[in-house]
Amino acid sequence: MQNIINGVAQGSVYALVALGYTMVYGVLQFINFAHSDIFMIGAFVGIYAAKWTNGYFPPIVQVMVVTLCAMAFCVALALTIERIAYRPLRTAPRLNVLITAIGISLLLENGGQVIFGADPRQFPSLLSTTSLLNSDELVLNNIQLTVILVSALLMVILHWVVHHTKLGTAMRAVSFDIEIASLMGIPTNQVIVFTFAIGASLAGCASVLYGLSYPKIEPLLGVMIGLKAFVAAVFGGIGNIMGAAIGGIILGLAESFAVYYISSSFRDAIAFGLLILILLFRPAGLLGTFRREKV
Amino acid sequence: MTKWTFWVGTFVAVAALWGINYSLEEYANPYIVRVIINCGIALILGLSLNLVNGCAGQFSLGHAGFMGIGAYTSILLTTLSNIDFFQSPMGIGWAVVAGGGAAALAGYLVGLPSLRLRGDYLAIVTLGFGEIIRIFFLNMEFIGGARGMPGIPRESNFFWVYLWAAVTFIFMYRLIRSSTGRAILSIRENEIAAEAMGIDVARYKVVAFVISSFFAGIAGGLFAHYQGFIDPSTFNFNRSVEVVIMVVMGGMGSFTGAALGALLVTLLPELLRVFAEYRMVIFSASLVAVMLWRPMGIMGHKEIWHFFKKKGEA
Repeated sequence: MQNIINGVAQGSVYALVALGYTMVYGVLQFINFAHSDIFMIGAFVGIYAAKWTNGYFPPIVQVMVVTLCAMAFCVALALTIERIAYRPLRTAPRLNVLITAIGISLLLENGGQVIFGADPRQFPSLLSTTSLLNSDELVLNNIQLTVILVSALLMVILHWVVHHTKLGTAMRAVSFDIEIASLMGIPTNQVIVFTFAIGASLAGCASVLYGLSYPKIEPLLGVMIGLKAFVAAVFGGIGNIMGAAIGGIILGLAESFAVYYISSSFRDAIAFGLLILILLFRPAGLLGTFRREKV
Repeated sequence: MTKWTFWVGTFVAVAALWGINYSLEEYANPYIVRVIINCGIALILGLSLNLVNGCAGQFSLGHAGFMGIGAYTSILLTTLSNIDFFQSPMGIGWAVVAGGGAAALAGYLVGLPSLRLRGDYLAIVTLGFGEIIRIFFLNMEFIGGARGMPGIPRESNFFWVYLWAAVTFIFMYRLIRSSTGRAILSIRENEIAAEAMGIDVARYKVVAFVISSFFAGIAGGLFAHYQGFIDPSTFNFNRSVEVVIMVVMGGMGSFTGAALGALLVTLLPELLRVFAEYRMVIFSASLVAVMLWRPMGIMGHKEIWHFFKKKGEA
């Protein structure tokens, strides 16, 4: 039972980051490697925002302000990257875009090490940890509950945006076929910009949630989280929003059970083992549909 | 080329390598020697990955994993086993080849299921595989675990590294001009058309992948026996990415391009040392710049001598 709570809390952070991967992949068919580093930058912005807003607000409001700062900064960063690095390559082969994304990712990581220093930083504990439930077999604290609730709320909002607004319909159309969508009068560039913005804002929010539960923040933080979130996205079926959410939670659960029953040192291998298994038996992911390539 | 000139050429080349090796060991600054040897290992890695990423058009992100398998297999024979044969310089050479063989086997096992799928799946599976291999080494105590493995005999030198680099280059260059190579190239150009022409696409992809893994394993073995110490973090995701960067920066599918990329990726961080902590920032920025202004890579599909030929000759 305890494993389930830990797993869901961890998994919802993966899910939020995975959504960013899966949305960009759905629209542009490329793996946005820089996404994980946007997440890392978000965590650092969170640290600075927390420092500056300290004492002005009551804790709950401060958390909100810090989260909004991180989200806003991540969105601005993602849009700049999209404009400078990805848009000029819209018609280039996919591999080039991928390499550019890796280059941007390296740039952010190394730039982060220069600006923030390579040492881990402490994320300020904005909410004091209080146990909500504390019996022999079950521990649930307020931070875990916040993480789970906020992620669930964001996913519901996202689901509403994608399925019940004009913008969401346009996004789905673009991911179905970008050329036909633009022929139908959908401003594809704007839709792509919105997709990046939504993905980055989710990453920004996830980074603050992550900082609250695991206060050790360093410039290479994004690498592992990013890989795992990506695994979660593929697991659920890349390009599929519901799949990313479910994939993230399943991955979190699998890891927390693996730590409990096997060994904590194999924790990272679980994610990738799971990935290879799903690709062998259900190559399109859990919820994905396999699209046949046409000539 | 007659048989006679071939053997004389080989003899002269090997003798030249031997001579350079001797003079490097005697006279050159150890730092320079180290950079030169790292270049050689990067050459083998870049050239071998070029076959999969550049020629077959598949995207592999786990080259460091195969390099790791080669490295750990060869040290298992030379450092951990008690077989006398593998302690001798000759035996170490064979241990490196065994490392390549083990990597090729791993490449076969990974490639067989994943290469049947299209698109980015190979990238994802190889990425996952590379990480699993690294974590596996991390948790194996008898090969040093996270602390790494010291005390490996330091037997590889300029001669062996560049001999293997030359073998890799010639092998790849000849391969791509054979019918197997043409089949591999056709997969990159258009998979569906290649299949329609009767090419067993999945089989040739696996062939390319296994050959590429073999040479990655060789590079790993040479690397281990040059460093004298290896630990799992040497073979992490960043290493794989580095090799991919070599191939893409140099020009996909061009072997001299991949070689140029390998040299650039190894030398640039060294040359940029004057910029201290900014060097990796400059390095990654230059990577993005190459992609934006020269999306085909520095060389494109061409080999270096195509630039020196007159128009109409190529």
